[in-house]
Amino acid sequence: MSAPLDIDGSAAPPRANGELVFSQPWESRAFGMAVTLYEAGAFTWPQFQRALIARIAAWENALDQDRPWSYYHHWLAALEDVLDEQGTVSCDEVATRALTLAQRPAGHDHHH
Amino acid sequence: MTTSSESGEAPSAALRTEALEQLLTERGLIDPEMVDAFITNYETNVGPLNGAKVVAKAWTDPEYRRRLLADGTSAIKELGFDGPQGEHIVVVENTPTTHNVVVCTLCSCYPWPVLGLPPSWYKDPAYRARVVKEPRTVLSEMGLDLGDDVEITVRDSTSEVRWLVLPERPAGTEHLTEEELVPFVTRDAMVGVAKVAAA
Repeated sequence: MSAPLDIDGSAAPPRANGELVFSQPWESRAFGMAVTLYEAGAFTWPQFQRALIARIAAWENALDQDRPWSYYHHWLAALEDVLDEQGTVSCDEVATRALTLAQRPAGHDHHH
Repeated sequence: MTTSSESGEAPSAALRTEALEQLLTERGLIDPEMVDAFITNYETNVGPLNGAKVVAKAWTDPEYRRRLLADGTSAIKELGFDGPQGEHIVVVENTPTTHNVVVCTLCSCYPWPVLGLPPSWYKDPAYRARVVKEPRTVLSEMGLDLGDDVEITVRDSTSEVRWLVLPERPAGTEHLTEEELVPFVTRDAMVGVAKVAAA
C-alpha cells in the first residue's frame, strides 16, 4: 500500500496535546527565530509567507527533486531569503559562518 | 564527527541555522532566550487543547456559538487565545449533511493559537495536493468515511484566512458539561479529517 497519508506510522498525527512538533532541534530554532523576528517587526508575516510559498513551489515544481520533502528546510530557506532581500543578513554570510562552524574540532560541544 | 544517518541535509541545515542564529544575535536582532521562550510556548502550551475549549463552549453556549461563527478571531480571543496566525480565523460548522475539511495548498497556514503547530501530514505535499482533488478518497484513507449525501467543502487557507472546523457534537453527550466535553474534541476533528466520537 502506498497511501502517502501515514496515519499509524512515524508521520501519524499525534492525538495528545503537548506533542513533539519538531523532529530535530534545528527545526525548532529556525521556527523560533522566524517568530521572534516577526514579533519584533523585522518583517511582516505575508512577507515571510510569500518567501515560504516560493520555496515550496520551487521544490514541488522541480523535475528532479534531489532532496526529500522537508518542511523546515523550506522554512529556513525562506527565512534566509527574507533576511537576504532586506540586507539584514546575506545568504553568503550565513554560508561562510556555517563553513567556519563545520570546521570546529570534533567534540567541541562536549565539556568533560 | 557528525554522521548523517537518516537525512543528508540535516547537518547542513543544522549548521546554517546555528550560523544564522549567531549572526542575528551578534547584530542584536534576536535574543536567544526569547527564541527559547517561543519554542517552549509552542511545544508545551499552545496546542489543540485551546481549540477543544472553544468547541466545547460553542456546543454548550448558543450565544457563544453565534459569536464564534460570526467572528472567529474575536470569539476565540474572549477565551484568551490569540497571537501569530490567529488574526483571521474563520470558523465553519460541520453538520450531518455538510462537511468542511481544511488545507493550505500553497504552504501550511494553520490557526496556531487554537491548534498549535500543524502536524506533519498537514504539511505533506500529498495531503495538500490530493485533498483538494479527491477529498472523499483522502478522508476515507484517513479513516473518515462520509456518505454520498454529505457535501464536502475543502477550505483552502491561501488568502489571509485561517480556518477552524466546529465539529458536530456527538449524540449521547447531551448530559455532559462544557468541561466534560473538552477531552472529546480532537485536533483532527477541528481540521475536518475526523469526527468527534462519543466515548
